[in-house]
Order: sequence, then structure tokens, then C-alpha cells
Amino acid sequence: MDLTIAILVTVVGASTPILIAALGELVVERSGVLNLGVEGMMLLGAIAGFVVQFHTGNHYLALLCGAAAGMAASLIFGFLTLSLSANQTATGLALTIFGTGFSALAGASYSARPVALMSPIFPDLATHPVLRVLFGYSFPAYFALFMVFAIWFFLKKTRAGLILRAVGENDLSAHSIGYSVIQVRYFAVMFGGAMAGVAGACFPLTLTPQWAEGMTAGRGWIAVALVVFASWRPFRLLGGAYLFGLVMTMELYAKAGGGPLSAIPSELWAALPYIATIAVLVLISLRRDASTNAPACLGKPFMPSN
Amino acid sequence: MTLSRRGFIKVGGAAMTLPLLGGTAFGQAEKLKIGFIYVGSINDNGYNYAHNQGRLYVEENLGDAVETMFVENVPEGPDCERVVRELAQQGCKLIFATSFGFGDSVIKVAPEFPDVAFEHATGYMKADNVGLYNARFYEGRAVCGVIAGHMSKTAKAGYIGSFPIPEVVMGINSFVLAARQVNPEFTITPVYISTWNDPAKEADAARAMIDQGIDIVAQHTDGPAALQVAAERGIVGGFGQGADMSAFAPDTQLTAIIDHWGPHYLASAKAVIEGTWVPGDTWEGLKEDVVQMGPYNAKVPADVVTAAEAMRTGQIDGSVHIFTGPINDHTGTERVAAGVTMTDAELLSMDWYVEGVIPPA
Repeated sequence: MDLTIAILVTVVGASTPILIAALGELVVERSGVLNLGVEGMMLLGAIAGFVVQFHTGNHYLALLCGAAAGMAASLIFGFLTLSLSANQTATGLALTIFGTGFSALAGASYSARPVALMSPIFPDLATHPVLRVLFGYSFPAYFALFMVFAIWFFLKKTRAGLILRAVGENDLSAHSIGYSVIQVRYFAVMFGGAMAGVAGACFPLTLTPQWAEGMTAGRGWIAVALVVFASWRPFRLLGGAYLFGLVMTMELYAKAGGGPLSAIPSELWAALPYIATIAVLVLISLRRDASTNAPACLGKPFMPSN
Repeated sequence: MTLSRRGFIKVGGAAMTLPLLGGTAFGQAEKLKIGFIYVGSINDNGYNYAHNQGRLYVEENLGDAVETMFVENVPEGPDCERVVRELAQQGCKLIFATSFGFGDSVIKVAPEFPDVAFEHATGYMKADNVGLYNARFYEGRAVCGVIAGHMSKTAKAGYIGSFPIPEVVMGINSFVLAARQVNPEFTITPVYISTWNDPAKEADAARAMIDQGIDIVAQHTDGPAALQVAAERGIVGGFGQGADMSAFAPDTQLTAIIDHWGPHYLASAKAVIEGTWVPGDTWEGLKEDVVQMGPYNAKVPADVVTAAEAMRTGQIDGSVHIFTGPINDHTGTERVAAGVTMTDAELLSMDWYVEGVIPPA
């Protein structure tokens, strides 16, 4: 029991940044834009969050600055792909390369500096043997859950969410009835950047209180894969993120603890999330229900023939 | 402001060519150019940081006689080949490839540059102009193992490794052999995370260990993440790897294994300058000061410090070799007979775990 609780606590910690980044990317893709720069924006958020926490000691300000850094980077992406109609795939990849390099440059003098981990919101319950599974986390874990609900509500129940989905499904129609496709997509891209920045800042603030180059180590790509895995739906994303987190964490617990699960080779563990993604993609493509499909305008530049 | 797309591309293109102009070398012929290739960042506070300290040591000691350059974050694979070739083409006459996985690339490129001296760290393939150098990290592991054997309350340690290569296996074995000399019940669980640099995964691996009763964490990855988790959870302690990591966990780092490559790099540079360089195959340790131990934490009891120091000095004066039999493997079968010491070749190809290691799948 104690071990189960401990595992779940670690799973939530590992899943949270992936979930936050993926939620941002989900909104971006729902507006018809594919931003593959999540990993780079996360790293920029991570270094910004680290630097601000190091100098001010304020974790919330650090998260906010992480969001600002991610958003700033997303504006570069937005300018290139939305204003200049550059290829989204290539620009996104370039953003990841840029973020990796620039964060390393900015963080070069911060390497030997530890910071303090963000403390749990409910410090009294965080040490409780059982209740800590619910109340043992710092702010980002609850923020992520709140955002799952908020984004679902926004997309499903609000007029603005409907416009955003319309832009993603059929940009020309949205344009022809008077909505500014580019403007909507700018907002979506900026939101995605802010979320990626917060997700990146979670690494030095909640997982491992240090700055290390490339410390997100590919989690941004998992976030991108998760959006597909969740077929662009927030609550599926929640399940998917925790599932990915569970697989990543169970590998380590199985290896450290022995027992039957430790017989599974680590290569298989590492491949499991991706095998799951492919399996889900196959399942989606087998279904006739068109609503499970990707936003129709995903990755296509908006080119009204005026 | 209106910005035409074509105009934007022109400006951007011009800006992109600028760094190329700055790349022209203005080197002086008489200076020895030395290139270093690192697998990670020089700011990792661990393995790569230590190699870079060695580079700076050469610069300090030889001053204007040398010019050093380095390339960091080089992946182990075909990309390394390109980096090796570029360094050689830029005029480096001595190139240090500092990670095990660079071996194939060095062996492949070296024949194209017969007048360049190559040295490959922790590898096993030599050539006419490729020397090998390594450090006996396992000697430091043995000192850590003594401390772990004395101080662990659960007699269980975890060991976060990158890949199960002989270098890592040897370190795990050395650690547990030393710990079991103190406490025969001592066990160690290696967890391989298939990367040298993923701090969050290292931290989660440490959490997984500590949640399952492990109270000493050692690691063979390049950063302090595991040590920080050990501090967060308040377990007995851990060890710095590659460099003194006490800044990250002042109360938790019991001691550290410090890589001190400087003297070796200096000797090789001098040899190339004097024209006496030959491809060597050195494996130096505590005795030659290439491996150093960090300061003992104040919470390590005096008698444990004495025992650890005995292990350290014993390895320096040659009276102790941790891989002296009898040694059983993890199944209990005797692999090294009593009184026999394993040869360096046997150590460098070690692919089996000693008794006390709970082997991974």
C-alpha cells in the first residue's frame, strides 16, 4: 500500500509537465497549427524559471517567467508561420533546436547552483501516508488538472472555443464569415508557448532542483505524441499523460525493486509509450467516426485567395 | 511596418553568413592546438566538467605554448566522426575523445590524419596514432563502498547507471565488494536508465529506490540529480560522481569521486610538443592523483573515515586491490580464486556481477 502510494506520487510528478505541455499543444493544434517546437519552448521555460527562482526565491514568479519565455519563443514561431506562412514543421523543428541551444547558452553560468524545490500546497497533508497521494503536490500538479477542465470547457462550451475549433477545421469558412484566422491562431500559439514554458519550468522547480542542459530530455516530443494519442481531447489527454507517466515510472520502480516486472527489458519499457501511441493511431484510423480525427487544417498555412 | 517576405529573407540570409566569416582561424603555427570532444555539457558538474577542468589545467600550465578548443554535447555515433575530422582539419595535433562511445569514430578517422595524435578515454581500441587513457574510478568506488557498508541501516544501496558497459559494471562490483567486507549482508541494485543526461529520470530512479528501502544511492550518470533526491528524502546519503557535488546536497554527499584528468592531459601535451608522444595505454588511479576523493562529510563517523582512508591509502601503496579473490558472481559461483587478483584486461571486459548485486533484467 505504502509503495503504491509512493509510486502514484512519483507518477503524478513525472506526468505533470508532460500534461501541461500537451494541453498547450492541444489548443494550438485545435486551431490548425502544428508546433513541433514544444521541446525547445520547454527548455526556454526551464532556464527562465530556474534563473528567476535562483535570484528571487519566488517559485510562482519563476513559473510566470517560464510561461513568458515560452510565449516569447512561440511568438517567433507565430510570426514565421502565421505572418510569413513559413512551413510549420520546419519552423517548429528549428524552434526546438533554437530553444535547446539558447537555453544552454543562457544557463552556462548557472550550472553549479542548486535551488529549492517548490513546497507542497498543503504541507500538513503532504506527509500523511495515504492522503499525500491527493494533497502532496505543489502548485503545478493542481494547475494541470484545473487546465484540463478549463480547456475542455473552453473548447466545448464557449463561443471563443467554437471559433477556435472552426478555424482549425475550416479556416476559409471561418475567414469568410468574418473571423480573423491569423489572430485566433496567434492567440492559440501564444497560449501553447506559455503552457510549454510552465511545463519546462516544472523541471527545475518541482522535479530536480538544478539547471542541466537539455534537462527536459525529450518530454516535449512525448507531449506532441500525446496530443495525437488523445485524439485532440483534453480528458483523454489527462488519461494519456498519466499513463505515459506510469509507464516511465513503473520501469524505474520495477528495476529498483526486483520482482516479476523487473524481468521486462528496459528497451521494451522505453518503447511502450510509443507502441501505445501507434496502437491508438491504428485504432483511430479503423474507426469511421470522423470526429476522432485530427483538425482538418492541421499544419496547413492559411492562404485566403483574395 | 510592412515587411516583404523577400526582403526579410535577404536580411536574414545576410545575418546567417556572418558567423562563417568569424570562423576563420588566425592560429600561429608554433602553437600546439589541442582538441577535446565531450559527450555532454561542460556545465554538468560531473564527468564532462571534470574533463574540461583537465583542459583548463593544461592551459594554465603551458600558457601560450598551447591553444585548446573543445566541442561539447557530441552524440556517440556517426556525428562524432565529423567532429573528429573537423578538429583535425582545424589544425589540432592532439585530440582527446573523452567518452567510451567515441571509439569507433576515432579509429575510423585516425588513419586519415597520421600526423595527429589521438587519445581515447575509457576505450579499448588502439591504433598507430590512437592511444588510450583511463582512470581507475573503481578505486574510488571501493572507498565509497566502505562508507556505505558502515553507514547503511538497511544494508541496501541503489546504483543508477547509464548503460551496462564494463566501466559501469566494474564500478558497481567494486562498490559492493568493499561494502560486503564491512557488512556481508550488503546488497546493491543497479538501475540502468539508458542515458547519460536526463536529470528528471535520474531523480525518479532515485525516488524509486528510496521508496523501496534503499538508503544509500550511488550513481554513474553525469549529474547531481540523484544526490538531490537523497537530500530531499533525508536518507543516509550518496556520493558525488566525477566532481565534488556537495553544493547540491551539503548534508548528503558522504564523499565524492573526483576525476582529475589534468596531469594526464599535461603529460600528453608536453610529449607532443617535444615529439616524444607514442600511443599509450594508461590506467591511472588514486596513486597517480588522476582519481581523487572529495572531503568526507561531517556526519561520517571518525571510525568510518579511518576505514575509508585505510582503503584509499591501501590502494595507493598497492597493499589493497579490491578485485582480489575469492570473488563469487551473483549466483554464488566462484569466479576468482582466493589470493588471485583480476588482470586489467579482465576488469576492462567485466560483464558479470559479483555476489551482492541484484542483477537487472
